[in-house]
Amino acid sequence: MPERHHIHTAPTAARFARTGKYATVDWREDCSRCTNCVKLRCTYGVYDAATAHDRDPSAPRQPVFECKGCMSCVQNCTKGLLSLSVNPEYLAMGDEYWRPEVIETTWNQAETGRIPVSGAGYRGRFSGPGFDSIWTDMSEIVRPTRDGIHGREYISTAVDIGPKPMRLEFAADGQLLTPEAQLIVTQLPVLLDVPPWPMGPGTELLSRARAAAAVALTTLAVVPMAELGGIPDDHMPAVVPLLDKGTAGPDGDLPAGVRMVEVPIGSAASDAIRAVQSRRPDVTLCVRMPPAEDSAARMLEFSAAGVKVFHTCADTHGREPGTGRGRHITDAMRDLHRQLVEAGRRDEITVIVSGGVGLAEHVAKAIICGADVTAASTSLLIALGCKVCGGPGHGVNGCGWGRSCAVVIDEAAVDYAAQRMTNLMGAWHSQLIEVLGAMGIREVRRLRGETGRAIFREDMEREAFGDLIRK
Amino acid sequence: MTLSASEIQISPDPGESSPQADTPQVAVSREVRPAPDRYRNPFGRYKVNRSADCIACGKCAQLCPEGVHVKPDGYSFILRPRDQYCIGPVCAETDHCCVAQCPARALSMARNPSADCVGDSRWPSELILATWHEAATGHAPTNLEYRRGASGGGFDRLRVNFPDTPPAMVDPEQVDTSLELNRRGDSRPRVRIDIPVYGGGMSFGSVSIRTIVGKARAMTAWNSFTCTGEGGYPDRLKPYDDHVITQVATGLFGVRDDTIQRVRIVEFKYAQGAKPGLGGHLLGDKNTPAVARMREAVVGNALFSPFPFHSVYSVEDHKKHLDWIKEVNPRTLVSVKVSTPTDVDMVAVGSYYAGAHIVHLDGSYGGTGAAPDIAKKNIAMPIEYAIPRVHKFLAAEGIRDKITLIASGGIRTPYDLLKAVALGADGVVIGTAEMIALGCLRCAICESGRGCPRGIASTDPELMEQMELDWATQRLINLLAAWREEIVDVLVRLGLKSIADLRGRTDCLYYLADDDEQAAPARKEGDR
Repeated sequence: MPERHHIHTAPTAARFARTGKYATVDWREDCSRCTNCVKLRCTYGVYDAATAHDRDPSAPRQPVFECKGCMSCVQNCTKGLLSLSVNPEYLAMGDEYWRPEVIETTWNQAETGRIPVSGAGYRGRFSGPGFDSIWTDMSEIVRPTRDGIHGREYISTAVDIGPKPMRLEFAADGQLLTPEAQLIVTQLPVLLDVPPWPMGPGTELLSRARAAAAVALTTLAVVPMAELGGIPDDHMPAVVPLLDKGTAGPDGDLPAGVRMVEVPIGSAASDAIRAVQSRRPDVTLCVRMPPAEDSAARMLEFSAAGVKVFHTCADTHGREPGTGRGRHITDAMRDLHRQLVEAGRRDEITVIVSGGVGLAEHVAKAIICGADVTAASTSLLIALGCKVCGGPGHGVNGCGWGRSCAVVIDEAAVDYAAQRMTNLMGAWHSQLIEVLGAMGIREVRRLRGETGRAIFREDMEREAFGDLIRK
Repeated sequence: MTLSASEIQISPDPGESSPQADTPQVAVSREVRPAPDRYRNPFGRYKVNRSADCIACGKCAQLCPEGVHVKPDGYSFILRPRDQYCIGPVCAETDHCCVAQCPARALSMARNPSADCVGDSRWPSELILATWHEAATGHAPTNLEYRRGASGGGFDRLRVNFPDTPPAMVDPEQVDTSLELNRRGDSRPRVRIDIPVYGGGMSFGSVSIRTIVGKARAMTAWNSFTCTGEGGYPDRLKPYDDHVITQVATGLFGVRDDTIQRVRIVEFKYAQGAKPGLGGHLLGDKNTPAVARMREAVVGNALFSPFPFHSVYSVEDHKKHLDWIKEVNPRTLVSVKVSTPTDVDMVAVGSYYAGAHIVHLDGSYGGTGAAPDIAKKNIAMPIEYAIPRVHKFLAAEGIRDKITLIASGGIRTPYDLLKAVALGADGVVIGTAEMIALGCLRCAICESGRGCPRGIASTDPELMEQMELDWATQRLINLLAAWREEIVDVLVRLGLKSIADLRGRTDCLYYLADDDEQAAPARKEGDR
């Protein structure tokens, strides 16, 4: 039996009490000290945990943040003294894209490594921009494996990164002329990208953690050149050094095990590409570029120069950077994919998409829109407890300067950070398999550009309600 | 041990000895009776506080027509305000505002923070409170939005297109809300239900026995159906056999000859809207001894209902399944419950040709006792898209009037029902709305630990004690009464004599162009 890919998740408690959704309003002075106090009868023992410190000084002081909001205490209190309210601190987390619920579910996944499961139906908006305007398909009778949940391991989430020969060429004597493909195979279609904004002193720790997590996950971690120093040699095959913008090639030698390098697009990019090609022909080159209308043309130009891998970085909200509201990465990616297909070059090129990839469903949907691989970045910070408090451009020197970061990411241990990232990716991996399984697709490579296996809002609105619209 | 299809013996002559014969059927009255909140402290949108300055003069009790303040005869003091009935700031414009007229200035009113803690876009706090009101009184509330949610799309952006005057005068007493379920014209009985709604499948194990029997009694009262879900056929359902649909799902839990022979409708569950393509899952904690006995499983083990039917790969395989059921019970109708993939229209046609009487589409935003969040949000299309697609396709195939199209998965209110019918469904199935009527507030922890802390979706003996069967029955009867009242009201205003006349009448609807729900005033005269 072939070896199965398995992600080793391990419960890893957060370093700080999480910010919960609810808080109680408790009118204690009217309490009659009755004998059937609702606080003692909480189904989930939330009040016990919250008052543990009163009985044992070594227990943590803990607000009732684990409250599930069932209202049993509010509705049963003999004198009706309790109310529940939504914690304003919870609502203040994140922004309109990284909503409190996204942050909360990311924390849960980073802590447990498990798929978020809950009761009752869907709770959110009917649809929304970008990823939220796409539903994935399901098949009524086809399942890739006939073993129900027990066959999940046979659904492949592996993807190939690197130049792929489109045909094999042989000499007259049958000798294979085409050089062997240097494909990098990751077992997860998610790379671990650099933080979306400057991280101050925490940045090196994050790089080491990303590298360690990438090894555990059999994927790749993007690490700025300046931070390669702290990474052990045996992690190098999972590390993708990111050259500084504007430099005409790597400063000094690339570490021995490195298999791919990212070159930021810019005036010096061509020089940097040539420098790497001449010094390390074994290394796969990737150009890092923002999504734009002319992305396809740019990619074809670079392709002629021997670069076949591109990392398209949208902003943290998944949009084309720049002023105003650029296209969402879903639209940009569909357009790019179509153009490359029409040019007859799609299969030569690997496209990595990042920016706004914050939930497992985004991975599947970005791939449906035409990406080969995605990359996570903001989510990796949230996995470490980040609340996206300031977002991009927060502070001149970036986040993580001691007290300026509420969760002092720079003081976390590398092992802890790597395990939390691994847990989050493990949960994403399981969810991706659920989505693939529901679609009856057996490997993620086949999902690329499969828009026929998705349901797009604009199509359905036109079909269902097009003739009913009243302005 | 779970029975597989091949292990189930087909009895030689099922018609002769119907197992149902040994259980006398029970009738239930559909009379509306008050069924107030079962908690000591019901809550509403507003909180009324009475301070120690109160002189117990009783003026507030005389003033308030809503019944917030009560001073029973012979009492020196006034009871704690029943603030769930308070209508809020609009009361200040009336001549009976307690806060303004209290001689001791002892009263104050504020938004209840607890009310803001329940609800979400699909079921906003107000809609939950409104559904509670319907379940308590049997009528729609006057001061709460009870018709739609705030999800900003689908049903929540559709509006009923009321004419200024109805094209025909219809007597509300004469409006026909019944629904015929067998349109195939085959030799099987015609089954007509009095309301275009029946209850969704909830298995014993996922919900308490009181919830199951309460649902069955309410549907018996309204001459409709409830569904067992995939968890066996509890003995206590047997007095209601005529109003029970039993489900055959992929795990085949609790499926036996006699369960199939008891009922008038058998439902094949291919997929569930909330977790399409994933199968069912009962967590180990909820597999109590009673549940395990019913499902013939081992106590404490998580139970999986695998996806899909392992013996179905085609319409022909599907037909074989339906034939099996029809053979076991010659008087039963067969319903096929499917999810909403892109080819849902083809699935519906396939179900017709396989011999189904009912095709039941379960949209992706439907309820569940436990499902991965990613599935609930992302997999398969919302029911609002699936209904018109299937309705039009069945019509184009010339078989629309040969099959009953039932929609579920996000039908929250009578208005959702009417919109679904206008889009092309014949009737709907509800589930979450029933749970809300029983006191659910969608805290979404049905699946964890001991289950529902409010005792609805739990088999924990202590938790389920919180709800009594008679109360549950009455709440559901009231809910359906309120729904029927609204359905009749809308049909009369549209000048339609029956719910069947509304089917496919998309001209009775319009769709707001603006994406933003806020752009449309929540309550507008004439847009009820």
